[in-house]
Amino acid sequence: MRSGLAWALVLLAVAALALAPLGLGRYDTYILTLWLVTALAALGVNLIVGYAGQETLAQAAFLGIGAYTAALLTKGGLTFGLAFAAAGALSFAVGLAIGFPALRVRKHYLAFVTLAFSVFVWLVIRNEEWLTGGVMGLKDIERPALFGLSLKHHRLFFWFVLAVTAALTLAMWWLVRSPWGRAFTALRENPVRAESLGVDVRGYTLLAFAIGSAYGGFAGALYSPLVEFIDPAPFALGPSLLFLLMVVVGGSGSFAGPFVGAAVAVLLPEWLRFAESYYLIVYAVLVIAMMAFCPSGIVGLIGRLWALRRRPTQRAAEAPVLEQAKP
Amino acid sequence: MADFLQLLIAGLATGAIYALAAIGFTLLWQTSQTINFAQGEFVMLPAFFALAAIHGLGVPFWLAALIAIGCAVILLGVVFKLVVVDPLIRQGVLPLVISTIAVGLLLKDGTKEAFSAEAQRFPSLFTDEVVAFLGVKISLSQLGVLGVALAAIAALQWFLAATPTGRQMQATAQNPGVARILGVRVERMVMLTFVLNAALAGIASLLISPIYLAKFSNGETLGLAAFVAAIVGGFNQVRGAIAGGLLVGVIDNLAGAYSELVGVSSSYRQAVPLALLVLVILFRPQGLLGRREERSV
Repeated sequence: MRSGLAWALVLLAVAALALAPLGLGRYDTYILTLWLVTALAALGVNLIVGYAGQETLAQAAFLGIGAYTAALLTKGGLTFGLAFAAAGALSFAVGLAIGFPALRVRKHYLAFVTLAFSVFVWLVIRNEEWLTGGVMGLKDIERPALFGLSLKHHRLFFWFVLAVTAALTLAMWWLVRSPWGRAFTALRENPVRAESLGVDVRGYTLLAFAIGSAYGGFAGALYSPLVEFIDPAPFALGPSLLFLLMVVVGGSGSFAGPFVGAAVAVLLPEWLRFAESYYLIVYAVLVIAMMAFCPSGIVGLIGRLWALRRRPTQRAAEAPVLEQAKP
Repeated sequence: MADFLQLLIAGLATGAIYALAAIGFTLLWQTSQTINFAQGEFVMLPAFFALAAIHGLGVPFWLAALIAIGCAVILLGVVFKLVVVDPLIRQGVLPLVISTIAVGLLLKDGTKEAFSAEAQRFPSLFTDEVVAFLGVKISLSQLGVLGVALAAIAALQWFLAATPTGRQMQATAQNPGVARILGVRVERMVMLTFVLNAALAGIASLLISPIYLAKFSNGETLGLAAFVAAIVGGFNQVRGAIAGGLLVGVIDNLAGAYSELVGVSSSYRQAVPLALLVLVILFRPQGLLGRREERSV
């Protein structure tokens, strides 16, 4: 019953989103599309941080890998579908390659290796001008066509991105609910016990990191046709840090967290335009306060307020049932 | 050969500064489980305190340097511990890690807003004179930097090894529970670690800023150098951080000069410490001087 209601709400939200651009201008639709792309990359970060309990400081670098791969391949004449798949596959493979050494050692090493990796990716994008155009970037990236219908119009492209995001979100939903995904949760809660119960901790963590990074690559493949011009700046270390912060602000480990966090990260700068230069300072203070008082993020905060509203007796009656429902 | 020696000395000088930052980072990680991702910004900021004192108060450089270290100790040591670390360590390591990233962002953008986005010239403690010794041109300021940094490291090592407080700090780092039972005032030792880290960062800042210029975005490079140094050296050892810092400094300098010879563009100079990091993690994960740690259940 409860899950039926939740699905109805999700469908309603998706329907509202699908209709939203009809009432919005070109720029607002662009921002909404950017939010979806950001949320897709954040979804990957959430798998790594919220489910596998690791820190990644390279999601913007994977976004860059995806963006440049897709842009270069479509410029080279490949269809967008293939370029999109290649962007995800390359990010997945790179994720495996850098995750493998980092996860051999101990906790937090992945953070340092991904930190180093994002600096490296930025250097490559900036230096290899023959491939990436260096600081001049790549211009005139074409928006894809679907069954012969060009998605150049901002509204059509938004619907395309919405469909792709919805599909990948469903895939992620299935992933974290599957027995395979539940192993992640076991691993986050108590790695030593999970290992003694036969969970291959290193293997699972590595796969979580690679899949999460692939989501960054997919998001990048959507990002380059969205903005139609890419240069190294959005793929530097700073944006990677912001990806991690936005997931935690939204609520790491909760499924809606990345969407909420991405909304804050994309929409807040739009609304706080008057305070442009102070935006990051305010944001940083908010993050620290949030971590101190409500580490489960905005989603956790809403959940807490929701629980407060309801009658204590009702909560007491439900609590044990919820506890038992957990495996 | 003469060129090589010059590069070596320059590398040791910057390496000794990286070592100062790496030691503080290591001490914090050991005594309080604080993985300080803002360490680079901690080294970036005190130079701006000194500049503010020079331009705002008109004080001479030596006094400005003392003011800078004092401000660093109060803000980056005491305030950081009381306002950020203490409330957050209760929430677990991940919220604390996230918060130090946010602190880094805050210091970086705060500096940009409060001072300038442009790189600022920073007065050197030493003259720019160059002396020739057996055909090798040695910059006195590099020797001076190396001397001050090594003196700070030696003083710290002496403090940790030979004074009762220092040994209590080491005990706190190794096993806070047992240290507490043996009568060590663990809380005070942890606070002392934060103060020491801030002081070391302050010294490093005053030494590095004449070389790199004072710029709000320096923290990225400096932080990365400190992390790589700590991990390469073996982060559970202070001497590991020292060796790691010197190694990173030397390799960085040699890479800047010789990378073209092996066919790598010098624009990839920044990537060399990163390659070192990956090699060490692959082949000697406990670090060059580190001990293997037993996993705790």
